[in-house]
Amino acid sequence: MATTLASPLSNEEILRYSRHLLIPEFGMEGQRKLKAARVLTIGAGGLGSPVGLYLAAAGVGTIGIVDFDVVDFTNLQRQVIHSTADVGRPKLDSARDTLHGINPEVEIIGYETRLTSENALEILRGYDLVVDGTDNFPTRYLVNDACVLSGIPNVYASIFRFEGQASVLALRDGPCYRCWYPEPPPPGLVPSCAEGGVLGVLPGLMGLIQATEAIKLITGIGEPLKNRVLLFDALGMRFRELKLRKNPECPVCGANPTIRELIDYQEFCGIRGEEAPAPAATAGEIEILEIGARALAEELRGAAPPLVLDVREPHEVAIASIPGAVLIPLGELEKRLHELDRAADIVAQCRSGVRSMKAARLLRAAGFTRLRNLKGGILAWSDEVDPAVPKY
Amino acid sequence: MAVKVQIPAPLRPFTGSHSTVEVDGRDVGEVLENLVAAHPQLRPQLFQPDGHIRSFVNVYLNDEDIRYTGRGQTPVQPTDTLTIVPSVAGGSAARCCC
Repeated sequence: MATTLASPLSNEEILRYSRHLLIPEFGMEGQRKLKAARVLTIGAGGLGSPVGLYLAAAGVGTIGIVDFDVVDFTNLQRQVIHSTADVGRPKLDSARDTLHGINPEVEIIGYETRLTSENALEILRGYDLVVDGTDNFPTRYLVNDACVLSGIPNVYASIFRFEGQASVLALRDGPCYRCWYPEPPPPGLVPSCAEGGVLGVLPGLMGLIQATEAIKLITGIGEPLKNRVLLFDALGMRFRELKLRKNPECPVCGANPTIRELIDYQEFCGIRGEEAPAPAATAGEIEILEIGARALAEELRGAAPPLVLDVREPHEVAIASIPGAVLIPLGELEKRLHELDRAADIVAQCRSGVRSMKAARLLRAAGFTRLRNLKGGILAWSDEVDPAVPKY
Repeated sequence: MAVKVQIPAPLRPFTGSHSTVEVDGRDVGEVLENLVAAHPQLRPQLFQPDGHIRSFVNVYLNDEDIRYTGRGQTPVQPTDTLTIVPSVAGGSAARCCC
């Protein structure tokens, strides 16, 4: 950590940071360490927003941000580093403007790229610590391994709906993410679409836990959140702590590591990409036919309209639906097959067409024959048939 | 003898939305077996086909990871809480894949 040759502070800086300087444990020394520190945040999203805002305000001298995304309307509910006027701009530009607005003293280094096995070690080089704000498993394992291989601590957090977890990983004598979770879940085990939701304040809370740990690590005050993981449940408003141990057999940070360089994390996680399309039919399976939104609208106006089977969750149906569609959530389909006529002409439909493809395959396996999938789901319906249907 | 099992949000669809369930058992293995017997859809989420706990699912007895206390053979007391902690991807949860 930045302990030696800490930068001197100007009179303006002394005034700006006076409420830090007045804390005896923090003082001038702590503030100088912050100024000399270099922190890399992976992602300028839900977690990266509060991390960036508060580390900039606190006076961390150099903040690196890795993000290649563009601000969209669905980000604004929690990604408070971006504002409405930023929609459509690269997140890096928006984040840089916001952070400089808060504190022009801070140097912002942007990396407008996806973090990959090819660039990660190069990007991490020279940073004192990494704050992991990623939203997918391949990048999470990549960040972990890159931190371990580079000897850089990883301030980690992760969120799901109302719950969060946080820890400081990859300290020299502490556990890493692989010690805790040796392998990621195979894609598709947990239905992923219905997972998209998160309470907007949750990444705020968890991101500030990360920012707090980052400041503690840099200044050397307090007890880091190491060898333990903090679980937060917003609904119960409860924090819990679980023990986290370094696994002596960990493939990357154990005594005899088998991973000595970065690997192919997409392959490790068994996926082709974060937004993987519906898997192609496997050998012996007949591909399900797809129908476009406009063609479906026409058929629905015709003499023999097909049955539209909406396999989304009820809370999604409450947002928008196609008139006349029958709702059976994908998770309930198997035990509710008796509600459907095996001879009926069925078009399966979901938000964007992935879950409904799974539903159509499930129906085919159960003996249904007249099956099609609505290509692009209700999003395509909104684009091509009825713009009054909101997108989400 | 029943212990409290805490079910994380991602797995609640498989326990009828319950966040805590009471399950009988003398050790962790029995408790988990009884848990998936009562909620069969949980089985593939928690166990590999060979019966081992999946490597992205951590099970804690109180605040200890059962991998370091004797795994399934770890005895349980009625005052204990078993917590299932699966790995969670979300950071910004911006991406909904379907």
